[in-house]
Amino acid sequence: MNVHVQDCPVAADVAPKPVRRESGQREVFCGLTGIVWLHRKIQDAFFLVVGSRTCAHLIQSAAGVMIFAEPRFATAIMEEKDLAGLTDANDELDRIVAQLIARRPDIRLLFLVGSCPSEVIKLDLSRAALRLSQKFSPAVRILNYSGSGIETTFTQGEDACLASLVPAAPPTRTSEDQLLIVGSLADVVEDQFIRLFDALGIGRVQFLPPRKASALPAIGPNTRFLLAQPFLADTARALEDRGAVRLAAPFPLGVEGTTAWLRAAADASGVAPALFEAVTQPHRVRAERALLRYRDHLGGRRIFLFPDSQLEIPLARFLSRELSMQLVEVGTPYLHREHLAEELRLLPDDVVLSEGQDVDLQLDRCRMARPDLVVCGLGLANPLEAEGMTTKWSIELVFTPIQGYEQAADLAELFARPLVRRAKLVA
Amino acid sequence: MQLTVWTYEGPPHVGAMRVVTGMEGLHYVLHAPQGDTYADLLFTMIERRDRRPPVTYTTFSARDLGGDTAELFKTAAQNAYDRFKPQTMLVGASCTGSLIQDDPGGLARALHLPIPVVAVDLPAYQRKENWGAAETFYQLVRALAGPSAPAPGTSRPERAAGVPARCNLLGPTALGFRHRDDIVEITSLLTKLGIDVNVTAPMGASPADIARLGEADFNVVLYPEIAGQAASWLQRTFGQPFTKIVPIGVSATREFVAEVAKLAGVDASATLASACTRLPWYSRSVDSTYLTGKRVFIFGDATHAVAAARIASDELGFKVVGLGTYSREFGREIRDAAKRYDVEPLITDDYLEVEAKVAELQPELVLGTQMERHIAKRLGVPCAVISAPVHVQDFPARYAPQMGFEGANVIFDTWVHPLMMGLEEHLLAMFKDDFEFKDGAVPSHLGAGHSTPVADGPVQAPPNASNIAVVWAVDAEKELYKIPFFVRGKARRNTERFANENGVATITIETLYYAKAHYAR
Repeated sequence: MNVHVQDCPVAADVAPKPVRRESGQREVFCGLTGIVWLHRKIQDAFFLVVGSRTCAHLIQSAAGVMIFAEPRFATAIMEEKDLAGLTDANDELDRIVAQLIARRPDIRLLFLVGSCPSEVIKLDLSRAALRLSQKFSPAVRILNYSGSGIETTFTQGEDACLASLVPAAPPTRTSEDQLLIVGSLADVVEDQFIRLFDALGIGRVQFLPPRKASALPAIGPNTRFLLAQPFLADTARALEDRGAVRLAAPFPLGVEGTTAWLRAAADASGVAPALFEAVTQPHRVRAERALLRYRDHLGGRRIFLFPDSQLEIPLARFLSRELSMQLVEVGTPYLHREHLAEELRLLPDDVVLSEGQDVDLQLDRCRMARPDLVVCGLGLANPLEAEGMTTKWSIELVFTPIQGYEQAADLAELFARPLVRRAKLVA
Repeated sequence: MQLTVWTYEGPPHVGAMRVVTGMEGLHYVLHAPQGDTYADLLFTMIERRDRRPPVTYTTFSARDLGGDTAELFKTAAQNAYDRFKPQTMLVGASCTGSLIQDDPGGLARALHLPIPVVAVDLPAYQRKENWGAAETFYQLVRALAGPSAPAPGTSRPERAAGVPARCNLLGPTALGFRHRDDIVEITSLLTKLGIDVNVTAPMGASPADIARLGEADFNVVLYPEIAGQAASWLQRTFGQPFTKIVPIGVSATREFVAEVAKLAGVDASATLASACTRLPWYSRSVDSTYLTGKRVFIFGDATHAVAAARIASDELGFKVVGLGTYSREFGREIRDAAKRYDVEPLITDDYLEVEAKVAELQPELVLGTQMERHIAKRLGVPCAVISAPVHVQDFPARYAPQMGFEGANVIFDTWVHPLMMGLEEHLLAMFKDDFEFKDGAVPSHLGAGHSTPVADGPVQAPPNASNIAVVWAVDAEKELYKIPFFVRGKARRNTERFANENGVATITIETLYYAKAHYAR
């Protein structure tokens, strides 16, 4: 087997790839959906949405199939009298937060999450959070962010949440360099990265978000941070405001992405190339071997990605470079050119990128192209299957451990599974 | 503001979507922010529909708010018409859409589309999903059937001899709890009676079908929450009487058959004699004796809750200890039923209030919605689902009606299943220390993996529980644990109440047995 560290072939700054920008009906989630995974990641946090019945309905439709003895999210539903100004919204909020904290004394961190209605009527949740924090300090810290549909799309809810955590993090005490990994990762992935960083001799590694609200990482000018997820524009800016420095890298999807991502950290910490090679080599060999069988299966297949999570561009890079899939169209709800610069360089030159959406037109293009596999949300997946197309529902990519070497084949498997299934079923 | 952990109903525009998605040839243009398209998933995932719901959303975002959102709506409506060519268009706004006050009705009229445009105004901060469905259906019926209404005061022409009676089936929608199979069951029941179904609506009907609702002789209202308002209007306008009995349960179905037969002028005796239902025999067979007096808490929409209470009490021999609904519009029905079982009616859409009530009553079985499954899990009580809201597992592939005679069979199996089976219950009461069949373990016929925490003792004291803290003597507490776990909570509560009422400060074994004798059931 021929394994070698692939340097990202930086084609001397290519002309920026053209991007189709569309606006029209967008078939995407709002940022409130982030709560569905964030409440599991930060175990002592509670998410209180301030919104309408629609917001409550959204979250329970997404998460309610699990039966909860004690859910860690809820909605303060605004009523007619709140809109008419008959009751002071702030008094109401105080009453509800007190009720909530009495019910759940184990909560250490409470997020007041803004929604479309609360943003449209300009309810100032940041001041409410400040006021309530003083009241319940030090037992409970209260922060706020917006997960509204008018401002955030799906994973941007996590961005907004993490950005709200940054000012709450303590300053660094030492001048020693430290590494911060930003973006929620599955626990098993986090542990794998910790072992790899240890082996590379990069000792001081912390994660945002932490598993416990009480364990917020320290941040200061000696912090170097690596984004583990592509949708963290505001979080990165908030970190930079505190003096932290972003390490540019592709995202840790697939063997190539993971290697380049780790290398960015290694280079910043002055790890010797020989050590880097020695530490990562066995992982790369193992992961490439695991990927092989999926390349046979997926190689040459045509794939169409609808916009959903901003993971589409790194995924497309992985699918095209490591599995030899052909990209028909790569849609993303939002394209951060700076954070994705390394990714864009690795995409084929003739790739069709689209930012934003007009879902009916995009469906027309998809039907016209008849790709082998369509990556899309659950609102489109079954209808497209019924039209005879094979789909991979995209939300699963946010809920599954996909980053790092050991998950490279699992990630490929997610795309192979619908095709295998279609071939298998006779009736 | 209201603190909501779980909500029993969605916003009213979801009710409108349920009507539209159930129908054919109708398109809904909804003024809503980006993200509200999540509602599509209810239909494509939970109900597993193979088509996108016929809904176009304007999906405005923050930057659009600075611009012309009204223009955005007009473009979306025009595009939806051009693309989907519906027979009728419904327009409205979601909760955020209504805050920006763009008047979808007026804007859509200004487009002069060559089809009827029906505007529905759904107050999202006052009303909820079922109201939204009822209002939408009513507005559609008025707009589409209204033009063929006879002049006021005209009496219905007599049906010609030899022509079978015709009725409409009103109420089933997309995303309704077992609506799909209830339609099949009731249609076959009506066919047996020699009654034709003119139109089933909203489910499966087109705007053209709605226009001929007036041709039927009477209406069968399967789900009053959704079709009640439209049925009243049809009665006023076309002189069509409608059924009041909802055929859930054996007795209710028999009464329904008699009611329908009367409206249609047919003889029901043959149908009633040949009624194929196993519930009465299953329930009378000795295996079911241990079900007698099982304490059951019932919550759901009013129709299903009232029906469930009747089945539980009269057909299965349970004891109804609590009855409630989130359908505020149907409070009277629930209050009447509660009187029959001598319980406090609980009319609330506050999940936390329901949870406190269940904790207080300590039932042995909860019959409720998906939300009561959360409560039952927390309290370690067996639970079966009888009403929406439900999740994907309650849109089954198999035939699973709730209505009619087959519905009664389904109900018997579903409700008895979560209870511990008779022999196991006996043995648990006799021998408590078995390593496998443990106290509080999940009934063994449910297998492993269903393991639920059993809330025992004072997990949470509802505010109106025992007013004075009484102390349990150690040996009395031990004795308490010899009582089977599913009635232990009730025993604890009763003993504490007894102690309080009799000024006993420390509960001894003697107090426990005095209380047992006092509250002997």
